[in-house]
Amino acid sequence: MKLQELTKPWAAFNYGFLDESAKRELRRRILKAIAIPGCQVPYASREVPMARGWGTGGLQVTLTLLKPASVVKVIDQGADDSVNASSIRKFFGRVGGVVETEDTGKATIVQSRHRIPEEKLREDQVLVLQVPNPEPLRPVQPDISIARDMHGDADYGQLWLVLYEQLVKSGRIMQGAEYPSLVNGRYVITPSPIPRWDVPKLNQADHLTILSAGREKRLYAVPPYTKVEPLVFDDVPYRVEDHHDKTCYRSNVTGYFVNELPQEDGSSAYELSDSHFGIKHIRKAEGEPVEIGDTWYKNGRMTDDRA
Amino acid sequence: MTALNVDTPAVPKRQPPRLMLAEPIMTMRGISKSFGDVKALGGVDVTVYPGEVLGIVGESGSGKSTLLRMMNLEDTPDTGSYNLVLPGHQDRNLFDLDRFERRMLRAHHIGIVYQNPHLGLLMNHTSSGNVAERLLIAGNRNFAELRERARQSLAASEFPTERMDATPCELSGGMQQRVQLAKAIALEPAVLLLDEPTTGLDVSVQALVLDTLKRLQRDRAITMVLVSHDLGVIRTMADRVMVMRRGLVVEQGLADQIFQDPQHAYTQQLVHAEL
Ligand SMILES: Nc1ncnc2c1ncn2[C@@H]1O[C@H](COP(=O)(O)OP(=O)(O)OP(=O)(O)O)[C@@H](O)[C@H]1O
Ligand SMILES: [Mg+2]
Repeated sequence: MKLQELTKPWAAFNYGFLDESAKRELRRRILKAIAIPGCQVPYASREVPMARGWGTGGLQVTLTLLKPASVVKVIDQGADDSVNASSIRKFFGRVGGVVETEDTGKATIVQSRHRIPEEKLREDQVLVLQVPNPEPLRPVQPDISIARDMHGDADYGQLWLVLYEQLVKSGRIMQGAEYPSLVNGRYVITPSPIPRWDVPKLNQADHLTILSAGREKRLYAVPPYTKVEPLVFDDVPYRVEDHHDKTCYRSNVTGYFVNELPQEDGSSAYELSDSHFGIKHIRKAEGEPVEIGDTWYKNGRMTDDRA
Repeated sequence: MTALNVDTPAVPKRQPPRLMLAEPIMTMRGISKSFGDVKALGGVDVTVYPGEVLGIVGESGSGKSTLLRMMNLEDTPDTGSYNLVLPGHQDRNLFDLDRFERRMLRAHHIGIVYQNPHLGLLMNHTSSGNVAERLLIAGNRNFAELRERARQSLAASEFPTERMDATPCELSGGMQQRVQLAKAIALEPAVLLLDEPTTGLDVSVQALVLDTLKRLQRDRAITMVLVSHDLGVIRTMADRVMVMRRGLVVEQGLADQIFQDPQHAYTQQLVHAEL
């Protein structure tokens, strides 16, 4: 028997870039995270050809999930065409031989920074969120081991206290992104800085969400059909950003999450934050046969109330 | 038996049945604790009756704070048992509780005021928030109610409620102690533990805080355990007194008895030094 028959042919790198032991580590951690919704699971974070803080956590999870039949969409704050998003997407194409897409409906994996697409994700899709800071208790408890005990005891009084004091000082909740939310009635997460608008999309969703922080080496998950409840007082309802009457100046679509573009005359223009969602609307208006998926919000109101 | 001596004029302002005729609300037996070579507590028994103020005096290092930390379940002794009579709780040694059970018991049934406000308060949160946190831990989720109950609790501690949203850093020492007190009584605890609550305050401020404590005690009949090395404080507040020295109880009895007719040489020395 020759050595060549026993070994695989030489290759420049593994399929999906990561070596098998790194993938096994990540698969195990992901399974654990899914088994305990919202619980932060530490993992051995590999070096990847990208600086920490640029989405290495999300990158490693996506690389682990990748298979040749995958269709991958990568967005940064809702946009597919930012430098970071396009280079990550191209990287997946090169190391995984996967199909790259900008269409939410066609993707099997959506890796995202700070947004969840407007079109509803399905059971067969996975959302991977890049997370800078996975620990909701960090602002109130800098000591990690004490914070772990606090999670163990579901000791979240101080997170409530932060919300209480925002109401006292400003008369309203000032928490814009990273809104503390209770997953499956047990663990509080501050989902990677997605806006308040996106938090209800996680509740009882059809899709799996994996949130991964490469620098902090921790990941957690919101499995499909899992309760995600923002922390709210009985008498102060949860409010999402008030974008129901904002119209995108490019696509003419109203009632979705928008970016504000200050104009020279002091006024503001608005454009859809989910850029490909806007492009689809423009194409459709121009008569192209474009399929636009069902959306979580309609006219700025969450219609899919599954709670 | 002193425990049944209801004829004593020690507390004429209160109804006698609350005092010592009732079953004890707190029982500690054989508490000992060593830190390395230092024996901080050498087998201490404590009995506290509902509605009374138990004063604990003793020199520095006699183990008073250590004992109080045990009562607050912050620490576990080397030996000994601890029982609180609470509605719906079975008879079990509280030192067997795990961290979570201890936290819940503490949140619902024990209030504590520390000498150092930094130990008892979140200094960068508002005063009302410090009180509200207690209620939040106990599961209250109504903002208007949280605010109202924090206000009531602060008012009961004679804290100027128009300043309820100032942080403790902006307040005087006396005010900080009132915030601690408001926090401690917010959930009507079964027992209120006070570790030198007035030490470090001006004499006049100290008198005002003690007045507040007395008023609370009279109006709400809160059971208190008050630790102090100041006999004057103990004299004004306590119904019963426990004298500690080097981790042991050298004498205990009704306050009047201790002050008028101390039996133990060490107590005699203390009482005479104070006069
Ligand atoms: N965490 C600890 N580690 C080591 N020694 C300790 C610890 N806590 C207390 N001790 C020791 O135990 C003894 C009793 O201390 P404790 O603080 O209970 O005294 P105290 O009566 O409250 O004194 P003070 O009047 O000064 O507050 C002291 O000798 C102290 O040094
Ligand atoms: Mg002490």
